[in-house]
Amino acid sequence: MAWTAGSSRRAAAVGIVLAGLAALPPFVPTYYLHLLTLTFCYGIMAMSLDLLVGYTGLASLGHAAYFGVAGYTVGVLATRYGWGFWPAAGTGVLAAALVAGAFALLAIRAIGPYFLIITLALGQIIWGLAYRWVSITGGDNGLRGIGRPLLGLGISLARIQEFYYFALAVTAMATGLMYLLVSSPFGLSLRGIRESESRMRVLGYSVFLHKYLIFVIAGAFCGVSGTLYAYYNSFISPADVNLVASANALLMVILGGTGTLFGSLVGSALLVFLQNLLSGVTQRWLTALGVILVLSVMYAPRGIVGAGRALLVRSTPRQHVPETRAPERAEEGSASRI
Amino acid sequence: MGPSFYLQQGLNGISFGALLFLLASGLTLIFGLMRVANIAHGSYYLLGAYVGLSVIHWTHNFPLGVVSGGTAVAAIGILMQRWFLMRFHQQALPQVLLTMGFAFIFSDQALVLWGGDPQSIPIPGPLSGTLVLGSVYFPVYRLFVIAVGVFVFVGLWLLQEKTRVGAMVRAAVDDAEIARGLGINVWKVMTGVFALGAFLAAAGGVMGGAFLSVYPGADFDVLPLTFVVVIVGGLGSLKGALIGSLLVGLLDNFGKALFPELSYFTLFAPMAFILAIRPTGLFGRA
Repeated sequence: MAWTAGSSRRAAAVGIVLAGLAALPPFVPTYYLHLLTLTFCYGIMAMSLDLLVGYTGLASLGHAAYFGVAGYTVGVLATRYGWGFWPAAGTGVLAAALVAGAFALLAIRAIGPYFLIITLALGQIIWGLAYRWVSITGGDNGLRGIGRPLLGLGISLARIQEFYYFALAVTAMATGLMYLLVSSPFGLSLRGIRESESRMRVLGYSVFLHKYLIFVIAGAFCGVSGTLYAYYNSFISPADVNLVASANALLMVILGGTGTLFGSLVGSALLVFLQNLLSGVTQRWLTALGVILVLSVMYAPRGIVGAGRALLVRSTPRQHVPETRAPERAEEGSASRI
Repeated sequence: MGPSFYLQQGLNGISFGALLFLLASGLTLIFGLMRVANIAHGSYYLLGAYVGLSVIHWTHNFPLGVVSGGTAVAAIGILMQRWFLMRFHQQALPQVLLTMGFAFIFSDQALVLWGGDPQSIPIPGPLSGTLVLGSVYFPVYRLFVIAVGVFVFVGLWLLQEKTRVGAMVRAAVDDAEIARGLGINVWKVMTGVFALGAFLAAAGGVMGGAFLSVYPGADFDVLPLTFVVVIVGGLGSLKGALIGSLLVGLLDNFGKALFPELSYFTLFAPMAFILAIRPTGLFGRA
């Protein structure tokens, strides 16, 4: 990408946001640091899902599987075998990528609604393992006592302020890497696939290979989020792997606006804060989640960032704003012909 | 584990397969016609079971419970299809998100209305006995469920292949535009199929509740199994749903009996194998 006034302004905005987040810990109560740290964990997960949903047009309904595989892998390695942070985290992310690689072989060949169903069934299989493979996963009780990590060089993340900075750094790095990915030629060809698979095939791109690679990459980033979450929460259970968890991630992407990487972070913050706000008022979070899903599909199909962009385009008509098309529009044509 | 173990587990698996067929046949027809991956299909099963449970508690009439559970849920299905899904015709992602939202709402509200404890639907008197075949004890009720599964398959097959309504459904599946051009009200056909699918799932819930009990989370227990059935059988195929149901019913049962810790995983290998050979399932069309 060329370095334009627009991108330097964007870099400045990112710098300000990062500086603001880094300055927070001394001033805000730990409760909000806790919510922000959760926002970072789920934000990475939602962004990795957006790589599939928003940029490639592959709506996965089982994304929590990779989160769970990584979380359980580090959980087992840390609690049972006493592995240190770096080797356990590396293995966790690798395991998520491997499972994504195996699942992709089955799912990628399917299109449209078929892909949705297969990813859901595969995700539920991982949930079934988490729930029933009691000797490894602890079943319904989950894995406890994962423990905040020691990074080496005398850095401990035991206090929430310390973990907050670590999570912020990991999130910033993951976001940067994913941003580079989507703005690279590879990312552009993914968007080409989203708009028209047949056109890309005719142009000589290997659609299967592109889809396969992004599926594995998304799985690996989701593994990063699962690892971060397991170490932060010190606990992982089947509830982190189930369909509700996958739906949560998808809703974060939709609320933020599909195909807007940073939007997924906004969606994550929105859902995490909303859930904690509502939990003081009502026990019925699942109903609230369902209502939010239905309402957002009916009234805000392009999400908050999407709606904001539309406003921006209307107020400054001459400025170039990159077009983001909702993937369902792209699927509309192909779905009717499957 | 001698042959009686395999016979016992085999019959258990087939009866569970018959129950799965009630769910999968509706789901696969809905999918074949509307391309809707209905996540709320498991909720229809659960809601049907709870409504049937309440009706049977009041009236002590099992058939009435099955019919009222089915009818109530069919009405919910019609409302969902007319008010929400129809607006997003042929848009896979919005539809799936809508049905997922409804699945969460139903699941949570069922917990509010019927509580968190597992409850059992009483088996009607004439079906409550046990059949003894040598060393194998087999509940009559499970045989009844198998019979209902066969009956529903034959009924659906006749409906689809031999009646005018069935011909309209097949025409709408093959080419909705041409069907509309021929004067078929495709929207009505869609609503009808959706209601039928919801009815079957809910009736299955009442019948399944009598041998699997009704509990919160049953909706998301049967949902992946039903999905695996239609994936294996091929979306839109009634024959595929039947064979897939038997396969998944048997695999699930033997998996739970032989490798209890890996029970969902035992479904994975065959599904992967079939998808590797035939990406559209056994009887699915590309």
